[in-house]
Amino acid sequence: MSFTYIMEILPSLFQGAGLTLQLFFWTLIGSLPLGIIVSLGLTSKIKPLKWVLEMYVWLMRGTPLLLQLIFVFYGLPIVGIVFQRYDAALVAFILNYAAYFAEIFRGGLQSISQGQYEGARVLRLSYWQTIRKIVIPQVVKIVIPSIGNEVINLIKDSSLVYVIGLGDLLRAGNVATSRDVTLVPLLLVGLIYLLMVGICTVILRWVEKRYSYYK
Amino acid sequence: MLEIKDLKKSFNGRQILNGVDLIVEDGEILSIVGPSGAGKTTLLRCITGLESADAGIFLIDGQPFDPQGTEESDAVIGVVFQDFNLFPHLSVLENITLAPMMVLKKSKDEANQKAAQLLEELGLTGLGDHYPYQLSGGQKQRVAIARALAMNPRILCYDEPTSALDPNLRDEVANLILSLKKEGMTQLVVTHDMDFANKIADKILKVQALDTKN
Repeated sequence: MSFTYIMEILPSLFQGAGLTLQLFFWTLIGSLPLGIIVSLGLTSKIKPLKWVLEMYVWLMRGTPLLLQLIFVFYGLPIVGIVFQRYDAALVAFILNYAAYFAEIFRGGLQSISQGQYEGARVLRLSYWQTIRKIVIPQVVKIVIPSIGNEVINLIKDSSLVYVIGLGDLLRAGNVATSRDVTLVPLLLVGLIYLLMVGICTVILRWVEKRYSYYK
Repeated sequence: MLEIKDLKKSFNGRQILNGVDLIVEDGEILSIVGPSGAGKTTLLRCITGLESADAGIFLIDGQPFDPQGTEESDAVIGVVFQDFNLFPHLSVLENITLAPMMVLKKSKDEANQKAAQLLEELGLTGLGDHYPYQLSGGQKQRVAIARALAMNPRILCYDEPTSALDPNLRDEVANLILSLKKEGMTQLVVTHDMDFANKIADKILKVQALDTKN
């Protein structure tokens, strides 16, 4: 395990890590807001909307993400919807993670007491003002630990994109390992994942602390 | 003057309020008393728009208003809840200024100024930066009163103002309500505590349980 060998393969690993991170950030940016909207629908009184969204959550949580990736990339073209590899991965990840986030947010929403809504209502705040100013800030505090769990899972789940031929971190390591017949690249891959999760954990702790100003 | 005529409300076929009439003159305190289950709270919830009345006329100074309405002319009632329902994630000052800024579209300065004045009047000076969890029960109640008053209501309604507090704070609450009366505030107080009602009220409305199943 020479130093020069490590320096030789690191650029390709970093390139793979770049794709992993891109996928990670765009998935979060897409799935967190979508998850909030879906959770509002899941807790709404409009029954048909609720049923449709429950169906969606069931579908997304009830089948493997790997299968969903395959369906979006290989299956949807059959009905005329064609995505590039990267876009297909993003669509599958956003839809899948939004479902998990929606369930977490739903739990948070249900823990906000009726009194908070009534307090806002008699002050004549509109529904959206109440959601934005009263409900969501309190829900965020409640759900941060569970969201953090999913966020960390997402970093590692992103490795599933190999199945539709995208070159992420794990794939870069795999390629080097089978070419050079050594486990060193995979060892490095493990270290890079650990580093990414470590940074994420620190950020999540910081966010949690920022919300600890009230009880 | 608040006037309510023939207010009716039933839940699942059970009549809770069967044609309640009431009048609260300006600057007066009306207490609504009665045993639990008699519909005191339901009456208050209809007046404050948290429950829709099945029938009834609501007048403020002879002008009709809709307790559930969103027009500015409908915003005449302020509410102090039994559990106060303060917003735990907002400071005392933010609790008070949120609605004036978002609903009445006041500037931040204007809202803060009014809030500071209310805090002073209610003996809460210096607590603006605190969060609700840092306050005592009595302080929370006064913040809830300040929050309601910041919206310039014509009438302030209380749901059981003594029941979430220490019994020895009862007189303090009575004095607070009477001091607001001196300022000219019209108030409506729902309570099960007859002594308390006698102490503060100009008029008392007794609500009886209706046991008729329709």
